[in-house]
Amino acid sequence: MIVTQALDVVLLLLLVMTAVAIARVKDLFATVMLSGIYGLLSASFFVLMDAVDVAFTEASVGAGIFPLLMLAVLSFVGRYEADSKRRVALPVFLLTLVSGAVLLLATTQMPAFGGEDTPAQQHVAVRYIEDSPQEIGIPNMVTSVLASYRGFDTLGEVLVIFTATIGVVVVLLGVVQPGKARSLPADEDMADHKVLRIVGKMLIPLILLFALYVQFHGDYGPGGGFQAGVIFATGIILYAMLFGLSNAQRVLPMPLLRGLTALGVMIYGSVGVAGLLAGGNFLDYSVLASDPVSGQHLGILLIELGVGVTVASSMVLIFYAFSLTTSSDGSVER
Amino acid sequence: MDFFNYWVVIALMMTGLYIVMAQQNLVKKLLGLNIFQTAIFILYISVAKVLGGTAPIYTESATLYSNPLPHVLILTAIVVGIATMALALALVVRIHGAYGSIEDDEIRDRSKQ
Amino acid sequence: MISHLPILQVVLPLLAAPACLIFVRARSIWLFTCLACLLTFGISVALFLHVSDVGPLSYEVGGWPAPWGIEYTIDSLSSYVLLLVSAIAAVVILAANSSLGPELPERQQPAFYVLFLLCLTGLLGIVATGDVFNVFVFLEVSSLATYALIALGRQRQALWAAYQYLIVGTIGASFFLVGIGFLYALTGTLNMSDLSERLVEVEQQQLLAVAFGFVVVGIALKMALLPLHGWLPNAYAFAPSIATTFLAASATKVSLYLFIRLYYGVFGAETVDALLPVSIVFLLLGIIAVLAASLVAFRQSDVKRMLAFSSIAQIGYMAVGIGVGSTLGLQASLLHLFNHAFIKGALFLAVASVVYRTGSSQIDAFRGLGYRMPWTMAGLVLASLSLIGVPLTAGFVSKWFLVLAAIESGLWVVVLIVLVGSFISLFYLWKIVELAYSKSDSEASRNEAPPLMLIALWVLVIANIYFGIDTRLTVGASASAAATLIEGAPW
Repeated sequence: MIVTQALDVVLLLLLVMTAVAIARVKDLFATVMLSGIYGLLSASFFVLMDAVDVAFTEASVGAGIFPLLMLAVLSFVGRYEADSKRRVALPVFLLTLVSGAVLLLATTQMPAFGGEDTPAQQHVAVRYIEDSPQEIGIPNMVTSVLASYRGFDTLGEVLVIFTATIGVVVVLLGVVQPGKARSLPADEDMADHKVLRIVGKMLIPLILLFALYVQFHGDYGPGGGFQAGVIFATGIILYAMLFGLSNAQRVLPMPLLRGLTALGVMIYGSVGVAGLLAGGNFLDYSVLASDPVSGQHLGILLIELGVGVTVASSMVLIFYAFSLTTSSDGSVER
Repeated sequence: MDFFNYWVVIALMMTGLYIVMAQQNLVKKLLGLNIFQTAIFILYISVAKVLGGTAPIYTESATLYSNPLPHVLILTAIVVGIATMALALALVVRIHGAYGSIEDDEIRDRSKQ
Repeated sequence: MISHLPILQVVLPLLAAPACLIFVRARSIWLFTCLACLLTFGISVALFLHVSDVGPLSYEVGGWPAPWGIEYTIDSLSSYVLLLVSAIAAVVILAANSSLGPELPERQQPAFYVLFLLCLTGLLGIVATGDVFNVFVFLEVSSLATYALIALGRQRQALWAAYQYLIVGTIGASFFLVGIGFLYALTGTLNMSDLSERLVEVEQQQLLAVAFGFVVVGIALKMALLPLHGWLPNAYAFAPSIATTFLAASATKVSLYLFIRLYYGVFGAETVDALLPVSIVFLLLGIIAVLAASLVAFRQSDVKRMLAFSSIAQIGYMAVGIGVGSTLGLQASLLHLFNHAFIKGALFLAVASVVYRTGSSQIDAFRGLGYRMPWTMAGLVLASLSLIGVPLTAGFVSKWFLVLAAIESGLWVVVLIVLVGSFISLFYLWKIVELAYSKSDSEASRNEAPPLMLIALWVLVIANIYFGIDTRLTVGASASAAATLIEGAPW
């Protein structure tokens, strides 16, 4: 207990220091690296707080995708902030200081940290903890809540990813219906990096395999469709970086990815509609099989598949979009 | 100690908010937004923690678990956050292409022309 | 079947959005989107009729009872707003194919329809759900779709407007998330009706005030309540005209709905006002918004911007209705929420037609259009009369109720503000009408807007007249919704 609390204090203080450093450093490349550290620190904190699924996701997002996208953007917009306006915005500083002080006072009324008799622990959560292993039949309660009790939120989450992907592609490339996408320059930049290529060749199959493991192990341990999708996409992105975008596109062309992104949402939605047709409510998995628990199993398996498909294809598609766009804006007349 | 986590949440929130409002650089603003959002994640996950509990994955030996519900909510919020960031970064790339700058005040000037 | 309608209301456009990508040609996607919007509208009509005849509907998504699962609740208020949003979507989408023609390259049009459906899904989801976290998820679906829609505008300022709105919108949504996080820590629930029961027992008053504060400020940002309106003028001015039409008529309305639902239906207006001066602040900000935004609208030379500032003023009227604090005041807000959607929908659609023919929304482009586009301009004039609040139009009904509510509460200053606001709007709208009916130098021939745009415009214009004369639907629904909210009748 003491160790937990000591680690808690250390990690949180490190987070604050990193945040302040991000605010002060002018070199954008350095701040992006710092936010990667920030992501990793918060992921470690989440492990400490028993939130292993969240830690897994935060590590892949906060220390993975986010810095990767940021670096892609820096390659367009340059590394340094404009230097002329080196000033502290005093009114804003005072505003945040005062609001912070008010909040600080108010939070002393929060139920004490770590207590087991707080309202948050007492009411709705009790059923998830005590009954979900029987009702849903899988040990990971986070997966039970995510995929079944609050499965509709997760459908919304997949929809958010779909929306963002359509948005990114149309903003960067001007089309969501490829086919007319511009031809790619043959990139052989990495051809000389033999070591990277060979190590990559060995790693990529393992990464893809690990993605499948995370996809189907989410019922028992941390993991699930989202994390698996991100890992799978990472494998493909690594391939694209080492062997060229055109090679990656031969394996996974844009039209296929676009279709898959939509397909994932459709799979998820169809499981919901199947529940309707089988006489239950929307997203009721219990009616999908002869007994409720195996119905829940089947439903969760299918919707996690939908999540994985949409996430993996979206991430690769977003990566393509950032790689294919030209900063000098040839796609639309403006 | 009872409230330390929440105080850090507030410190992070205000740092993030300050960066969003005070910084001119569009990429920097997004980094601020990211700090702000992560602070919210820490808030929820701290609410979920039960001291002496374990991760909410059922095992024979454990009797006390941390609360899985906030974990689920934050999983969703992380995904929403990165989706928003991806769209924002796409806009930044296009803004740079269209204006030749990613500094707030310069873009404002050029918008008026 | 009727019992599944609450979820189908949202799931239909939700699944239609990815299904769009099956089609290749923009025109087929448009037809498919029209079909989806019409069906969605049909569902909302059925729901509205069911709720007004039989009573509220509740739906347990996934078969899990609330508060463990996510609950959908359709009562008189939500069925009224669902009807409004889906009606606007169905009318606006009719005009989309024509309007987009000159504004968006054909290869980008498929994305427009997908994003349109996603935006609609998000808005409907916010209204239908009875779970505060589910609100956040659908709020973000609609917001992300909106940012992308705005970025599709032709000029480079569209990108800048989209970025600015993205920052503000994300802060708003994050504030909302912080607020419900505190509420969860205090009550242990996310379900709205469960939350309203358990909030009564909460003793930590200051923290409760902070939680309410975060939620209210978050929603006020999305609602563009003065002084948090900064994102709105650019967003409306630079988005594709048809996107502006849809957003102006629906998006801020849904945010207002969310505020009303939480403030009255969940937190309880008296509970909140005991901690935070929300109703007084709304009254004051509303009054300032009506006066200031109307004056700024008068100074605009771009008609889209002018109408955008007018929207900020109109949100002011709705805030004033809430600030009055009576059942009648809330009813006036709900009426204006409904009527203003049809007014602004019609006005922005008329501007969209002008952009279609002249390529510009500058006020100078309107010179002589009364002769070249007589039907469009006639529609614009009628919609303007409704915005000003001339009797026999929808705009009159809502302002009349606002005046009644003010008199009932003895707030004579509000009566004055309504009159002054209407006068200023008369002046800025007159600028357009005067130009439109002045003879232009060039003897241009008649060049009316495309038929579908005209039909959509006139559907909205006729709705303005119809709801100005036959007020049974709007007044009845808003009265029952307001009464239910204020008297706290069970859902």
